[in-house]
Amino acid sequence: MFSRAYKTAVTVPPLLWVTVFLLVPYALLFCYSFWTVSPAQTIVHHWNLGNYRELLQVHVYFQTLLRSTWIAARVMLFALLLGYPLAYYVSFQAGARKNLLYQLVIIPLWVSYLVRAYAWKTILGSDGVLNTLLQYAHLTRHPVEFLLYSPFAVVLTLTHIYTPFAFLPIYASLEHIPRNLVEASHDLGASPIQTFWRVILPLSIPGVLAGATFAFVLSLGDFLAPLLLGGPSGIMISNIVVSLFGAAYNWPLGAAISLCMLLLVVSLLFLSERLEKKWSFS
Amino acid sequence: MSASAHNPRWLGVYALLVFALLYLPILVLIVYSFNGGGVGGFPPHNFTFSWYRMLLADGAMWESVLNSLMVALAAMAISLLLGIPAALALDRASFPGKAAFRRLVLLPLILPGIITGLSLLMLFVDMGMRLSLLTITLGHGTALISVATTDIFAGLQKLDRAQEEASLDLGANYWQTFWRVTLPNLRLPIIGAALLIFTLSMDEIAVSFFLIGRDNTLPLEIWSRLRRGMTPEINAISTVIFAFSLVAIVLWYRLRARAEGQPELGAELVETAAAGS
Repeated sequence: MFSRAYKTAVTVPPLLWVTVFLLVPYALLFCYSFWTVSPAQTIVHHWNLGNYRELLQVHVYFQTLLRSTWIAARVMLFALLLGYPLAYYVSFQAGARKNLLYQLVIIPLWVSYLVRAYAWKTILGSDGVLNTLLQYAHLTRHPVEFLLYSPFAVVLTLTHIYTPFAFLPIYASLEHIPRNLVEASHDLGASPIQTFWRVILPLSIPGVLAGATFAFVLSLGDFLAPLLLGGPSGIMISNIVVSLFGAAYNWPLGAAISLCMLLLVVSLLFLSERLEKKWSFS
Repeated sequence: MSASAHNPRWLGVYALLVFALLYLPILVLIVYSFNGGGVGGFPPHNFTFSWYRMLLADGAMWESVLNSLMVALAAMAISLLLGIPAALALDRASFPGKAAFRRLVLLPLILPGIITGLSLLMLFVDMGMRLSLLTITLGHGTALISVATTDIFAGLQKLDRAQEEASLDLGANYWQTFWRVTLPNLRLPIIGAALLIFTLSMDEIAVSFFLIGRDNTLPLEIWSRLRRGMTPEINAISTVIFAFSLVAIVLWYRLRARAEGQPELGAELVETAAAGS
């Protein structure tokens, strides 16, 4: 029903734009990662594997990547632990307030990322809200120092930011479960706990996978929360990239790290997509 | 018998606690924007508007707000102008690399912002462009095509093809059919996408961080001040932004209430992106 000209008109402009402003930049990232910086601080287009060799040999890169992965894994876990029961409650038990509660989960998504990270900073600082509250209530005499500038602060903040992201796909998958399946399980004598483990949870696995991937991938690449709240012990892999693109001026090495991150993320997405397909029942 | 007959009370309490965690920081932020004693310290004392007065007189801050507004509006235009044809192409045309194109468009949404930011930085520097609000706009516009495409594609899936067919049969050309039939039917997803793109651009920091020239956007202005130290003026501007976000949300729900059955703002996006399709 649509002519060839119509199809060309809607296809070519976005295709060209996306090629120039997405495909070419990602390809440039790939190229840069094989180039080097000369002592005179210019980028030399001399193809070699030096950057990748450095990544393997200098321990701090691998350690930081490991720490970032560990932080992202905790964020993912906590986001699921908070998001799943919340999604279950809103989907199955909220009754008439369902829509309102759903929207209440969405609203924090509209609040600036930076603003929320900053809010945690004012709460966790040594003369922050929490410490002065503890002293006010005579629970401690001295401020608790480990709260801010620690991996703990980064995990807490990122969990706060990414819980709604974990909630949404889980909620969607719970909503898609036919309610008569749940009723059938009850009618056939299964206890609510059995129904949950044998019927509801397996059917919501695709949502859990999607939510987990989101929380993990987005927190893995974060560099602002660590800069703001992490302190020296909360440095993540993206912070190294930022410094390589800034004062340390080694774009090729930074590109190599970013490319590793990109490959890690894309393979995780691929894996989670495969698993989701395997677990989806329709 | 319904599932809600089994209603463990602890689950409700747990949900309440999660909500408390989600809202507590926002609440603290707002309360301390009126606190004469600064950003910390419990209990808050000396109710004051002085941080808002300070904000009002802060020229650099308002300049960054203006910059952000310009960037967000221009980015919105770019991503809609490309996202609408992209959605039409995905819905109706078949071309080599279609699946790859679809994934590529969605990539900036799923990748950590730093990767997209850096890649664009390399492009602009290699093209010899000077970093400015223009480079930020191009970055936002490109990254947010994903939002426009997803929302509008979802709208197209629900569209009744027969209407367009009738229009073409009755002698309207493609252009007329697009303006008079297709576009009006997509009004809601387009407005929804526009609102979301606007908000995301106003808040974007990871990509902007690398593409910034001399002029700051609002998040970068806030960021540069945070690095120097915290003042309740930041609470004040954050509260103002929050209030505006709430207005945007209420506007959206008002609009949506008139046409039930439309996707929830942002939710569909997250789901689609999560599905990676």
